[in-house]
Amino acid sequence: MTFGEPIARREDPRLVTGQGRYVDDLGRDALAAAFVRSPHAHARITGIDVDDALDVDGLVAIYTWEDLDGRVGEPLPLLIPHPALTHGRTAHPLARDVVRHVGEAVVMVVARDRYLAEDAAERIRVTYEPLPPVVGVENAVNASCRVHDDVPGNVGAHLVQETGDVSAAIGAAPHVLEFRLDIERSASMPLEGRGVYARWDADDGSLRVYSSTQTSTSVRMAIAVKLGLPANKVEVIAPDVGGGFGVKIVHPWPEEVLVPWAARLLGREVKWTEDRREHFVSAAHERAQVHHVRVGFDDEGRLLGLDVRIQHDHGAYTPYGIIVPIITSTQLLGPYKPGAYRVEFTSLYTNTVIVTPYRGAGRPQGAFCMERTMDRIADELGLDRTAVREVNLIRPEEFPYDQGLIFQDGRPLIYDSGDYPEMLRRIKELIGWDGFAAFRAEAERAGRRVGIGLACYVEGTGVGPYEGGHVEIDSSGRVHVSTGLTSQGQGHQTVFAQVAAAELGVPIEDVTVTTGDTRRFGYAVGTFASRAAVMSGNAIALAARKVREKALRIAGEALEADPRDLEIVDGVVRVKGNAAASIPLRTVAVLSNPLRYAFDEAAQQATQFAVGGSPDDPPLTGEPGLEGRDYYSPPRSTFAYGMHAAIVETDPDTAEIRILRYAVLHDCGRLINPRIVEGQIHGGVAQGVGGALYERMVYDAEGQLLNASFMDFLMPYATEVPRIETGHMETASPLNPLGVKGAGEAGVIPGSAVIAAAIEDAEGIRITRMPISPSELYHLRLAAASGVAERTNRAGSASPS
Amino acid sequence: MTREISLNVNGVPRTASAEPRRLLSDFLRHDLGLTGTHVGCEHGVCGCCTVLFDGEPVRSCLMFAVTAAGHEVTTVEGLGADGGMSPVQRAFSECHGLQCGFCTPGFLCTVTALLRDNPRPSEDEVLEGISGNLCRCTGYQNIVKAVHRAADLIAEERTDR
Amino acid sequence: MKPPPFDHHAPETLEEALDVLARTGEDAKVLAGGQSLIPLLNMRLAAPAHLVDINRVTALDTLEATAEGVRVGALARHARVERSEEAAGVLPLLRAALRQVAHPVVRNRGTVVGSLAHADPAAELPAVLALCEGTVEAASAGGRRTIPAAEFFAGPLESSLRPGELATSAFFPAPPARSGTAFAEVARRHGDYAMAGAAALVTLDEDQRVSSAKVAYLSVAATPLVLDLTEPLGPRPPVTCDWAAAAAYARDRLDTDEDIHASADYRRHLAGVLTERTLRAAAQEAL
Repeated sequence: MTFGEPIARREDPRLVTGQGRYVDDLGRDALAAAFVRSPHAHARITGIDVDDALDVDGLVAIYTWEDLDGRVGEPLPLLIPHPALTHGRTAHPLARDVVRHVGEAVVMVVARDRYLAEDAAERIRVTYEPLPPVVGVENAVNASCRVHDDVPGNVGAHLVQETGDVSAAIGAAPHVLEFRLDIERSASMPLEGRGVYARWDADDGSLRVYSSTQTSTSVRMAIAVKLGLPANKVEVIAPDVGGGFGVKIVHPWPEEVLVPWAARLLGREVKWTEDRREHFVSAAHERAQVHHVRVGFDDEGRLLGLDVRIQHDHGAYTPYGIIVPIITSTQLLGPYKPGAYRVEFTSLYTNTVIVTPYRGAGRPQGAFCMERTMDRIADELGLDRTAVREVNLIRPEEFPYDQGLIFQDGRPLIYDSGDYPEMLRRIKELIGWDGFAAFRAEAERAGRRVGIGLACYVEGTGVGPYEGGHVEIDSSGRVHVSTGLTSQGQGHQTVFAQVAAAELGVPIEDVTVTTGDTRRFGYAVGTFASRAAVMSGNAIALAARKVREKALRIAGEALEADPRDLEIVDGVVRVKGNAAASIPLRTVAVLSNPLRYAFDEAAQQATQFAVGGSPDDPPLTGEPGLEGRDYYSPPRSTFAYGMHAAIVETDPDTAEIRILRYAVLHDCGRLINPRIVEGQIHGGVAQGVGGALYERMVYDAEGQLLNASFMDFLMPYATEVPRIETGHMETASPLNPLGVKGAGEAGVIPGSAVIAAAIEDAEGIRITRMPISPSELYHLRLAAASGVAERTNRAGSASPS
Repeated sequence: MTREISLNVNGVPRTASAEPRRLLSDFLRHDLGLTGTHVGCEHGVCGCCTVLFDGEPVRSCLMFAVTAAGHEVTTVEGLGADGGMSPVQRAFSECHGLQCGFCTPGFLCTVTALLRDNPRPSEDEVLEGISGNLCRCTGYQNIVKAVHRAADLIAEERTDR
Repeated sequence: MKPPPFDHHAPETLEEALDVLARTGEDAKVLAGGQSLIPLLNMRLAAPAHLVDINRVTALDTLEATAEGVRVGALARHARVERSEEAAGVLPLLRAALRQVAHPVVRNRGTVVGSLAHADPAAELPAVLALCEGTVEAASAGGRRTIPAAEFFAGPLESSLRPGELATSAFFPAPPARSGTAFAEVARRHGDYAMAGAAALVTLDEDQRVSSAKVAYLSVAATPLVLDLTEPLGPRPPVTCDWAAAAAYARDRLDTDEDIHASADYRRHLAGVLTERTLRAAAQEAL
């Protein structure tokens, strides 16, 4: 059995020897596309002069919006409509008359190679009439100018959810606090940018597209619609993808429509490989939100009423709807019972890059909000921060626990399983919570300043609607597994093989897995929301069970045994307790397909075998082939959870912030491959550290992104990420056959919350905005010294100076 | 504008014609078909494009192919002997030191040179050694483990010999 | 992000290089390590018509350490200078600063003289050259001249090299006897350009009292800034020196700018902290 084992990944031998195949590795002779992008945050296009570009050697084509025919020129789809999104707006693939963020594509250039395409793009002169830009939540709210003329107040969406009577609950509470919390923009920032490569086959009237996407099936549908092709004439393949983290779930990107469109028009292969600057200004960002919290609680810190108002900056367009603020609104509650809860968000247009989910997708903001609230309550009451959490936790016997809200999948927010108090106990033990006072005292004696923090989260994973799996055993005994969702480094070729091998009773070496290739599996939703293991894992398990059932039936006929008396061990079907009576699966595969033609030895066997009993019966029962297909569609999400704790040190002089220890406890149900789960957590934590201390998109008032490079957008190197200590719990999900929950996003969620808590503890100054830099901490110290910034009540004991 | 550029790549003399502005990274990938070297930023920060140039790790996006003419370049495709995996490659696989694999070739080249020059690096030396390579997937935990593991594997190979 | 076209010149001797530079003048850029120039080209923030690639002028790949100081040729890579025990023996500060230059892989290719000629006020080596009162040797078809550090750094990303001139070497003088040096910087991430950095040189007299104290700063002004802090410190033995007063003295003389990583005030504060730290360390080393 390989299910549950930390086996080495099966994709690695290829990837470590340079045999990976990412989009830009394909199509060596394809033409290259480049784009002229808007240098203005908000402007009207008054003219496009391409004359100077025309004599660039190797130029093939230049396209503006005017050239886009049919549905290609229409606005891109609004992928996830919602009744609260009353003013959804999407961009045209090339700007039509107004540009609404720096980086918006205006002109497409196709040339012999990317160097020449950039030469031509550089010579195209677009003239603009600048319009006043809207940058930042405050400006959007003030609405002195509009991002879209027909969207009053820049408000795209407004949504309120309430359980209980919050006003009454807070009104009656013995303690009430009110404060504001801010999180700034970051981005998924995979090391491979986006990329699209299209081949048009004029003879066949068909299109093949390779895209660095998190959803090849949906890209296929979108391209088919845009280009007016039947879906069965479009193939989309996500080859090796160099990281996604959310940004590549958005589709169709303008380029995913334009590149295939140009390939068909030109009758030539066309490829676009996004460069890093393009990725900064034309892909997607996330995280920027302002939260106004009002909370009422009792003497023990028990929540009585929680009222949160959120202002969400969704950038210039809303192709992906309002998923992020919906998730913040609902997942903010974490492992707690909030008493009465009211959450309201306003989703606002600004003249900046669009905002779509980045790993965590609104949860880091929610956790920041709730966990800062817990710390605030503890400080107000003079209680230990873990004690306040303890009294608010949902108890193990309370599952399934209904939070009384509607989650992002449109289903009730009902937690399925977990043991939160036990995890709190274990995270305290892992980080040494109770011994920290002594550690701090010793550090203070050495003139050092340290602090500890803790943060919890619950994550709805494995959202529907469905995924499918196909399993086929061929006549050589090899097992081919496919699923439609894509992979961007999660190790699907390993974990799905583990699932199939365990279900079928075959050696994992015999199993190969294909993901994200519409030629192999056409129906799928995509890889996001920590859903792959839950959705495709279960679908593949169900498909494998079908195959197993069929194999046992056919083997039963061949061995003249009752299928119920058979087992499959190491790829051989045998009668339980009688190893001599056996038949290999490869032979069963041959038998499953009664042939007329003996084209090889295995087929010859099949034509010779007389399976099926009576000569009066038809030779084929059911479908030929030892294969099965099935789908998994969950009633609702399954809820993983975790708790992180960190110890930080702040330099009293330079205000540098160093993480001394970082501990994680995590429960994502049954583990298919513990090593891969741990790797997912590591990566998430590193992004959490980045989001807490380093990464931020810096826009100036004119809407220029000031740090659109890796020199100034600071993703952590190995030197910035602390050693991560991890522990696991395994509470099976009762909702799916494998008992698994998602793990992909978990690590990033409490990052800002836990580090803010630890810095606050070290400094004795309230931390209400993240990320925080040494420069900001320095100014916070000055502000606290002059009474402008608020100190915590326990500041005296927290800080030596 | 184009000219013939000859260099020795992975022990094999290779020639292709390219413009002088052709970056070594593009030359390797698109002119020689060695797509194992990846391009993540084209401004020298991410380290995905790191190759060994006369044995030393360098950013191939910050060098012109024409400057590299006549020199020796080793890419990820050339790290293993006889088509097998080198100890560093094996260690990355064993330790789950990669996820999406995009940054991995750069790390492998960097670490290969690091361990050649310092067969038993301390934890700090490992961190310093890989500090110029970004990874967005792994949080570096298992990369660091893989470097130490590779040091073990190399030491074992030496003993075996 | 692909570089614009240019004419590539690959001279093999200094004479050839100077000849090309004489012909191409202001339209030419010199390519040595390329670790600063090529990013600018890739982003098309620079588009020289001619690139004079000196990587084949092997005569410039030199490194000499003598009692007088360290002379670094135009093609000597950071890594080579960093690893040189001889250079470190003469001027430990050079190695200390080089270890803070970007990341090891960048140092394998980048050159010391190239870094000086790039004249980035956030770079480490210009501050070291300025502190040591070193010089840059410039050659052109018309002759040679020696440019003192104080004149070499003309402005941000601007050296006083003239069109047609090539910086052929730089000389870092050894510190006087009874001297100590120290280098420290604070960057957002390890290997990033510093938010502020300081290089200190403290010299003691025969009675072990501070006779001279200077600090050179990076990332605090348009060019590497050297402050003479002898007045607030000397002539006292290091144990009785008021380092904090020297830092305050320095802070009062710094006019810093803000960027997205550090406010002007924080940068000045940081420069003060680093002043104190490097002075103490340099004095310790001098003893």
